[in-house]
Amino acid sequence: MKISHVKQDINITPELQARIDELISHYPADKRKSALLPVLHEVQDAHDNWLSIELQDKVAEILNIKPIEVYEVVSFYTMYNQQPIGKYMFEFCRTSCCAIRGAENLMDYTCNKLGIKEGETTPDGMFTVVGVECLGACGYAPMLQLGDYYRENLTEEKMDALIEECKNGQVKLH
Amino acid sequence: MGQKILLEHANVPGIKTYEVYRQHGGYRSVEKALKSMTPDEVVEEVKTSGLRGRGGAGFPTGMKWSFIDKKSGKPRHLVCNADESEPGTFKDRYLMEYIPHLLIEGMITSSYALGANLSYIYIRGEYMWVFRILEKAIKEAYAAGWLGKNILGSGFDLDLHVHCGAGAYICGEETALIESLEGKRGNPRIKPPFPAVSGLWSNPTVVNNVESIAVVPWIVNNSGEDYAKIGIGRSTGTKLISASGHIKNPGVYEIELGLSVDEFMNSDEYLGGMMNDRPLKALVPGGSSVPILPAHLIYKNAEGGDRLMSYESLSEGGFATGSMLGSGGFIVYNDTTCIVRNTWNFSRFYHHESCGQCSPCREGTGWMEKVLHRIENGHGREEDIELLWDIQRKIEGNTICPLGDAAAWPVAAAIRHFRDEFEYHVRFPEKIKNRDHFVAEPFEKVKHLVAKQTV
Amino acid sequence: MKVTIDGQEINVEPGTTILQAARMIGGESVPPAMCYYSKLKGSGGKCRCCLVEVSKGSEADPRPMPKLVASCVTGVMDGMEVKSITSERVVDARKSVTEFLLINHPLDCPICDQAGECDLQNLSFKNGSAKTRFVEEKRTFEPENIGDNIQLHMNRCILCYRCVMTADQLTDNRVHGVLNRGDHSQISTAISKAINNEFSGNMIDVCPVGALTDKTFRFKQRVWFNKPYNAHRDCDKCCGKTTLWMFGEEIQRVTARKDEYHEVEEFICNECRFDHKDTKDWVIEGPRKFEKDSVINQNNYTRKLDTVTIETEKQILLGREQDRKKISMPAVPLKKDEVQVFKEGNI
Repeated sequence: MKISHVKQDINITPELQARIDELISHYPADKRKSALLPVLHEVQDAHDNWLSIELQDKVAEILNIKPIEVYEVVSFYTMYNQQPIGKYMFEFCRTSCCAIRGAENLMDYTCNKLGIKEGETTPDGMFTVVGVECLGACGYAPMLQLGDYYRENLTEEKMDALIEECKNGQVKLH
Repeated sequence: MGQKILLEHANVPGIKTYEVYRQHGGYRSVEKALKSMTPDEVVEEVKTSGLRGRGGAGFPTGMKWSFIDKKSGKPRHLVCNADESEPGTFKDRYLMEYIPHLLIEGMITSSYALGANLSYIYIRGEYMWVFRILEKAIKEAYAAGWLGKNILGSGFDLDLHVHCGAGAYICGEETALIESLEGKRGNPRIKPPFPAVSGLWSNPTVVNNVESIAVVPWIVNNSGEDYAKIGIGRSTGTKLISASGHIKNPGVYEIELGLSVDEFMNSDEYLGGMMNDRPLKALVPGGSSVPILPAHLIYKNAEGGDRLMSYESLSEGGFATGSMLGSGGFIVYNDTTCIVRNTWNFSRFYHHESCGQCSPCREGTGWMEKVLHRIENGHGREEDIELLWDIQRKIEGNTICPLGDAAAWPVAAAIRHFRDEFEYHVRFPEKIKNRDHFVAEPFEKVKHLVAKQTV
Repeated sequence: MKVTIDGQEINVEPGTTILQAARMIGGESVPPAMCYYSKLKGSGGKCRCCLVEVSKGSEADPRPMPKLVASCVTGVMDGMEVKSITSERVVDARKSVTEFLLINHPLDCPICDQAGECDLQNLSFKNGSAKTRFVEEKRTFEPENIGDNIQLHMNRCILCYRCVMTADQLTDNRVHGVLNRGDHSQISTAISKAINNEFSGNMIDVCPVGALTDKTFRFKQRVWFNKPYNAHRDCDKCCGKTTLWMFGEEIQRVTARKDEYHEVEEFICNECRFDHKDTKDWVIEGPRKFEKDSVINQNNYTRKLDTVTIETEKQILLGREQDRKKISMPAVPLKKDEVQVFKEGNI
């Protein structure tokens, strides 16, 4: 497992704490650990979309579990980022149904346009492009996930427009 | 026009909201069940309906319910499996996104039948916006008195919450889903014990697919017998089909089981035929795990009978000449598709999604992907085809959970039906260098190069 | 309950697994187990080495089970009939699993401290193939330091989860676990933390391969050149019963006592394992015995040795009886001048 040495500012705001408490309340009092996945999502969203080891330790403390139990979970699920990533992460689905409708070509197009390779982040920290497995939008291919939302039936023109929107700060992530 | 059960009101403006849903007869099944039926009567109706699990395995839902351990006195749980991740499948998302209250109503009625007082909907993390839609809908249902303590004065309590995953196909396997719901890695459990005896937090648990639960309100409002009248033979009722690939109208369709594949593919009411009118090459009828069918086995089975959209008809001929209805992920391929590349793509998926717990799947999926990657990129050897066949054979049936089988079947079927395409890749590596090698020159045109010659 | 394994009948208590029943019978029918460990709760079912065929479910329901089952986690039923080595499917499955476990396993037995007491070596010896069909590059991991006592060699790991269960069940603060997913799953602390608690050393004993070895014993000796002795000491933390691995007067390694299935009889503490390498600390009970075909017996010292005299030189000079006869055939008598040369030399 790769550990990031980038320092992350940890800030559990009262709103975030309230949301965490709400999520914990969904499970029996002695099963706090069950809230781990939803809590990690909320915490990650509030911390530039990645989870440093320190932040994971903080979550362990909140849920009263061992740090290793958090590390195990974070490294198992693909949606938790253990490294800092771009502000806008384009996650292209490239599984069969999307691939046959041009997902790979569109991802190459986007990478070329941004001057990066798949898996990389632009030097300004704005964009990351990654290929992921089936996102459950097979009938609306090609598509990508950006934040909490899907962008579907994409074309090169739509991709250009989306990048512009991101640059202008008009894109809602959560 | 087939009968619509799930998507009847899908196009009503505002059906997402509680008020509109209620105006269109929503939550009637809860009233009916709680006021006039015993839990066992609800279970009986579902048994009579012949409803089969819509997640892929097709196990009768009513029977699954009757297995839940009521004797132990432990709290029971109903967990809805909304971790829809099978490539080619996106029906549950459609249902939850557009008619969230239908699922919640189904959850209440089904929980009542099972005697569960704490139930969850486990949704995949990528569907984050749907997660929020469901959270909102659940709040509305609490506010309207359909959830919480003493619902409708019946004495039945139910708490319902939605829980999100975080990117793991394996969590669609019911015991992995339970592990994930407990805040752990999604490693499938060793069975027995089955969840019906020891599931979530060691309590008796039933895990059902979204579509299976969403159909329960209709069964309760009408009757199991009425439901069983729809469909054909043991494939009763309607089924949501997610259609994708090279077709004119991709999307989610509700069909009556027993519709012919031909009609589903080519009528304007459904898929509208092939995109750009290119020839049909292959079909995956039930999500990536089920065997792929070559063109000549799609509309007709090996005996020449019509192929229908039903559990039985699609599996006619076994794996030799048939496939499975699975989760209803209907992926259509035209002649520009490279079957080797597509098989590699599926293998990469299973390699990526293997949890890594048991050796055959952990090591075998990665091995298959590497071999297929080599063949697809022009570095294949003649013996690699036999090797692939042997690897998939050694994974199948030897793993803890069905992911191993799911990874093996697509490879086996591709070799079984499209062996010449593999041979072409091995023998003409310079011709397949481009990713889109069959777009300009479909395989039909070069097939003669690998044809067996008798001298 | 009556259960038949490869035609051998045995009566066992309800709740017994097929593997346990097979071990009671003993012999060739005992399925190999790489992940199951009877002393660790919840272990087993993962490696798939112990798959067996159930040809008759039970007296009440005689239908055979369609798939092979993991014998370590499947309970016996009354009247059950099981095929282990008598089933071709089972033998084939074992070969398959062995191949899967080996494709990414490094071929470094010559420098591996586990060699000689490695379950994977035994498994490969019985079920492996001499040739590999895996032409791809093997998977590797970054080395991770987990402290001064235990050496983690992740490339060799087969992910049996035994060490994780050991940490969970013997200590109350597990710091290592399985990270990542699929074929990149790895045993790790994530933060290169030293695994230091009273019982962490038992991870070494439960490890079926050379993924976790004793750092204090690293590269010191091939295990079959050591002489193992049972010994004990008064310990307030554990049973104090150990096996000392001696080389001359030196204690090179201390382990728990392992039975014929390589499971420890009782877990021991780190103090006994790592801190007492002086013979004065121990009461030595006598040589530890191993199964007949173990390589440890290569250096057999448990029975009295007869003095062996090898008269090599003499035998070589004499030659074999039949050869001597051949060479000493009745020769043609020497001629007169030849006799002269023979007596006086050819000067």
